[in-house]
Amino acid sequence: MEAYLDNSATTPCLESVKEIVVKTMMEDFGNPSSKHLKGVQAEQYLRRSREQIAKTLKVNEKEIFFTSGGSESDNWALIGAAMANRRAGNHIITTAVEHAAVLQTFAFLEEQGFRVTYLPVDQEGVVDLDALQNALCDETILVSMMYVNNEIGTIEPVAKAAELVKAKNPGILFHVDGIQAYGKLRIYPKKLKIDMLSVSGHKIHGPKGIGFLYIADKVKIHPLILGGGQQRGMRSGTDNVPGAAGLGVAAEAAYTDFQEKTEHLLELKRRFLEGVQELDGVTIQGQARRGAEFGAPQIVSVSFADVRSEVLLHALEEKGVYISSGSACSSNKKIPVSGVLKEIGVDKKLLESTVRFSFSSLTTMEEIEYCLKQLGEIVPVLRRFTRH
Amino acid sequence: MEYRTFLIKYGEIAIKGRNRYLFEDALVRQIRHSLRKVDGEFKVRKEQGRIFVDCESEYDFDETVEALQKVFGIVGICPVVVTEDEGFDKLKADVVDYVGKVYPDCTQTFKVDARRARKNYPKTSMEVNADLGEAILESCPGMKVDVHHPQIMLSVEIREKIYIYSTIIPGAGGMPVGTNGKAMLLLSGGIDSPVAGYMISKRGVELDAVYFHAPPYTSERAKQKVVDLARIVAAYSGPIRLHVVNFTDIQLYIYEKCPHEELTIIMRRYMMRIAEHFAKESNCLGLITGESIGQVASQTMQSLAATNDVCTLPVYRPLIGFDKQEIVDISLKIDAYETSILPFEDCCTIFVAKHPVTKPNVNVIRRSELKLEEKIEELVKTAIETTEVITVE
Repeated sequence: MEAYLDNSATTPCLESVKEIVVKTMMEDFGNPSSKHLKGVQAEQYLRRSREQIAKTLKVNEKEIFFTSGGSESDNWALIGAAMANRRAGNHIITTAVEHAAVLQTFAFLEEQGFRVTYLPVDQEGVVDLDALQNALCDETILVSMMYVNNEIGTIEPVAKAAELVKAKNPGILFHVDGIQAYGKLRIYPKKLKIDMLSVSGHKIHGPKGIGFLYIADKVKIHPLILGGGQQRGMRSGTDNVPGAAGLGVAAEAAYTDFQEKTEHLLELKRRFLEGVQELDGVTIQGQARRGAEFGAPQIVSVSFADVRSEVLLHALEEKGVYISSGSACSSNKKIPVSGVLKEIGVDKKLLESTVRFSFSSLTTMEEIEYCLKQLGEIVPVLRRFTRH
Repeated sequence: MEYRTFLIKYGEIAIKGRNRYLFEDALVRQIRHSLRKVDGEFKVRKEQGRIFVDCESEYDFDETVEALQKVFGIVGICPVVVTEDEGFDKLKADVVDYVGKVYPDCTQTFKVDARRARKNYPKTSMEVNADLGEAILESCPGMKVDVHHPQIMLSVEIREKIYIYSTIIPGAGGMPVGTNGKAMLLLSGGIDSPVAGYMISKRGVELDAVYFHAPPYTSERAKQKVVDLARIVAAYSGPIRLHVVNFTDIQLYIYEKCPHEELTIIMRRYMMRIAEHFAKESNCLGLITGESIGQVASQTMQSLAATNDVCTLPVYRPLIGFDKQEIVDISLKIDAYETSILPFEDCCTIFVAKHPVTKPNVNVIRRSELKLEEKIEELVKTAIETTEVITVE
């Protein structure tokens, strides 16, 4: 038996996604930039996809721009917005627990001369809003915050943060990294006062190599990729029609029967938390430590005392259970362990003992039970053999 | 200048007396093997103490030279221009043409070095030198003759055909693989062992290798890394049969039964035993390790003695007197370094004790091993039986 519980790394494609990807590769393979019929036909797929996506967010389809994925969306949003609004101010804000695609981009902007504030988080990984309030100043032009933390599943107070930002100055741009949130939570940018939202296709059963950036109308942002002027000059490069078409289908599917899917995820999470806590030496990280209803429904971060995460990962892999260790490490080379776990103050001894289980709507209860059974057998064995 | 032929210079082979043809044949074989990976058709031929590579189709010069530079036994690679013998005036014209094309700025000092394999050629070597030198001076007034330290040494070899060359690209040196038997390399994922394999192979030795895999403590990627390293060494040594031994159960058993500070030494003794088993099975004449005195606890003189204690085959340790930096330099040279430093756990470090013994006493270690009597033979047998052999080229 196999249990794929690494859905925050990537997900399998839906059958319906596969079909439209193949169709746009093999039959309707035109280049939307072509003037002839083949080009026009291909363009229809882009239109349709934008409609499907826009509908899930309740935004205008003109506000959807396809990118190569989550990292490009983050890079573009941050660099494009910072550069375009440089004259308005020099200060940008993010949190200490962002994904590398955001943190590295902020580091780059810091090198370019921007002043950056990294907001601290509490023990569950929730951003300190007082710190945000204090950090906002006349020089601030951009605030970026993730919606759901990719390692521990914490849901950030995005709505409240947006309120604070816009109360300070409506001109400050508010970017949200929605890569782990989209498809799992309802996100309405207009209501939440989000100016830019990054989303990745392959986290929601879409293809890899495609994602989108929502950019609210009237937001001033520079393009990152220059060229043939596709997507109204904002993101050049031959349109990835198969990717975009697949993403549209995946987006629509993610919000179809949304209630049921959320219920299903919660049920999986509830059972998993209950089962895993029956084992000795287990600590749940993030909001889920208070119960399944807290935090994102698809991510559970667990520390197993005296078990090295990478060894546990490989031991589970031998049984067909696939998870993520969050932090790669080896005894020779100390690679910095997860910044997120450090930021939330996880006990030093548990830093290298924490793994992530992540589910999708396709995950079954059988997979959860199988994983729990394997954990019950493997963890005590691994604890017998530890480094001295 | 477009070259269609390479003249291959080899060193030590030339002094091997009556075995010489064996070495030359091995070198021809290795050159053919190495060129098989290069696009194009090549003919490799032996002629009077020279080996020539003829390029019989379109080929890429750099790619071909790079492949030849990985063949042990080659000292120099000379791109040559080959002309028919159609009288001395024609030769003069060809040489002038060569110099004009290869050295268009015409400012260097030079010397002509003619050799006649065909002794019935109408001029002596000295005469050829003088007359060709004159012809060059006439056509390139900026050039000067310097017989002691010329910038250009223009070689002209008169054989069935005439060969003109002035560039010697350095080769890998050493001796052709296959002229000195075979040995079993203990390959970890580190920097040292691929270098050790490279160095022994350079002396004409064929390689097989053994790697100890310890899932789930070492990952599939760690194994892939070792396969990649074997492939890098195999570019020089020729195909390597890599034995992947699942070592986990043996390691855990030692962990449970023996003192932790002796774990690494005892583990290495079992690795040697298993490596020797496969070495004998594949007619290897020795084992190769990347050990260097004092580098880590398991490589002190005492530790090496304790490990060596279980071997009956000679253990070759080509890096024994090398500093880390010297090893790293070779690793960089053979393009193994970047792969070697990928951070995956290897099986030697997973249970390493905080204070391992640095001066183990062989008798003490032997006594500790007695504690393994009950199950160890069975475990070793299983490890050998379940070993996976991957042929890496």
